[in-house]
Amino acid sequence: MGLNNRYEFVLLFDVKDGNPNGDPDAGNLPRMDAETGMGLVTDVCLKRKVRNFVQMTQTDNANRKIFVREKAILNNMIDESHEQEGVKDKEKGDKTEAAKNWMCKNYYDVRTFGAVMSTGKNAGQVRGPIQMTFSRSIDPVVASEHTITRMAVTTSKEAEAQSGENRTMGRKFTVPYGLYRCHGFISAHLAKQTGFDEDDLELFWQSLMQMFDHDRSASRGEMSARGLYVFKHSNALGHAPATVLLDRVQVQRKEECDIARNFNDYQVEIDDSNLPEGIELIKLLG
Amino acid sequence: MGFCLEVTGDYACFTRPEMKVERVSYDVITPSAARAIFEAVLWKPAIEWHIHKIEVLKPIRWVSIRRNEVGAVLPVGNINKAMKGGALPALYVEDARQQRAGLFLKNVAYRLHGSFSLTKNAGDSDNVGKFVEMFKRRAKKGQCFNQPYLGCREFSCDFRLIEELENENSTIEESRALGWMLYDMDYQQSNNPMPLFFNAVMNNGVIDVPEKQSDEVRG
Repeated sequence: MGLNNRYEFVLLFDVKDGNPNGDPDAGNLPRMDAETGMGLVTDVCLKRKVRNFVQMTQTDNANRKIFVREKAILNNMIDESHEQEGVKDKEKGDKTEAAKNWMCKNYYDVRTFGAVMSTGKNAGQVRGPIQMTFSRSIDPVVASEHTITRMAVTTSKEAEAQSGENRTMGRKFTVPYGLYRCHGFISAHLAKQTGFDEDDLELFWQSLMQMFDHDRSASRGEMSARGLYVFKHSNALGHAPATVLLDRVQVQRKEECDIARNFNDYQVEIDDSNLPEGIELIKLLG
Repeated sequence: MGFCLEVTGDYACFTRPEMKVERVSYDVITPSAARAIFEAVLWKPAIEWHIHKIEVLKPIRWVSIRRNEVGAVLPVGNINKAMKGGALPALYVEDARQQRAGLFLKNVAYRLHGSFSLTKNAGDSDNVGKFVEMFKRRAKKGQCFNQPYLGCREFSCDFRLIEELENENSTIEESRALGWMLYDMDYQQSNNPMPLFFNAVMNNGVIDVPEKQSDEVRG
C-alpha cells in the first residue's frame, strides 16, 4: 500500500470560447489576475473535475467512492439517506482512528485529497498526498461578454409586462483562447498514511487527461488537456527541489504569433537533458 | 544550530483567527506557519522547531479571491453507522455550499530563521548532530516530506536553504507595527489546543520572533 516515489507534475490545458472557471465575485466572469490579466483556475475547480470523473467511471469499484459529491451527476443514484446526526457521539481515540481508516479505504477522494471529519469536539482530519495549485494562463486572457436571448420567459407576469413579446436576454462570458498551466505535488509519505496506491495514481493521471472530455457544458466551451509531464523521484523524499524540475517545462507563444487562438500557437519545450540523478521524466501527454 | 530557509510563492494565506470565515490573511507569515515549513522538510517526535526571525523580501500586496466551498463536516457517527452496514455517508456540495471570499497575499518571499531542540521524546540514538545533517541534506537537495505551503495547501511554496547570508536579496525597507499576531498553537492539552499571540513589529522588513516561553508571548 502507498507509494514509494515522490512526484511533481505540470498539467497544461486549454479553453476555446468558453469559461473555464467563473468568478463569483465578478458576476461569473472568467477568473483573472487583476494586475497581470492572466487567467486563473482554482485548485478546487480541477479537484471537482477529478472527483466527478472518478465518480462517473468507477461506479463498480467499491473502494473508489467519492465522498464530496455533486448532485448534478448523481441523479441516477438512489443514495439519499444522508443522515443528519442529532446527537453528537462522544467516541474518542481508537474509534476515531478506525473511522478515519475506513473512510480512506472506501473513498477515493478522501485518500487522494484528504477530508475534514468532525469527531465531537475535535476535527479528525486526513491530509491527502496530492496538492494542486492555482492554474495560470501563459498569456493574459481577455473575457468577451456575449449577450444572448431566449425566446421565452419564466413567469406569466413577465409575459404580461412584455405584452406577449416573451423574450429575455442573458449574458455569457467566454475566453476566446487560453492555455493554462497547473502544478501539482504528490507526497509519498502522505500517500502511505492514507493508503493511496499505484493503482490510485494511475487513475489520477487518467482523470487529469480525460476529465475535460466528461465535463462538457454550455459554459465551458472546448476544454482539453494538452500536456501532462510527470517528474518521478526514485524515492519518497525526492532528489531535487520541485521548482527546478517544474521549470524544465517551458511554454511560450510562438514568435510569429501575435494573438494565440490555438494550441498550435504555443511551443512547449521540455528540457530533459541532464536530469538530476534519481529523477525520471514521464511525458504522459503531449 | 540555526537554519535559514528562503521561501517564495505566488499566493499565501495566513488566516487571521478572528476573520476565518471569509479568510483574511495576516500581513506576513506567522511563526506557526513558518514552523510548519521547517517540519515539512524534517520533523520527528524527537525534535521541536522554533522560529527566531522572519525577513520579508517582497512588498506586502493583496488579492481577493472568492470560491465555492463546502460548509459542513462529516459527523463521525455516520461513519460508525456505515461501518456497521448502514448507509454510506456522502456530502452533497450543493446542499452545503458556501461562497467565501478570501483576502490573500500575493507574490511573497520570506527568509525564515529557525532552529530545533530535542524534546523529551528523544531516544538514546537521537542527537542534535544527526538531525542537523539530515535537515541540511534534505533542504539542500529540495527533499521534503510533503511540499511546504504558505498557510493553505493550494499555495505551495518553493524553498531554498541559505547557508551564506551575503549576496542574498535585502529585505523590504518598511517598518510597521503589525499588531497582535498568532504565535502558534499550544498543544499541551492535545484535545484542546490554545492559541498564543505576540505583538509583531516589522523593522525594515525584519520581524524578531520572541521565544515561546518569554513574557512577550501571551495565551
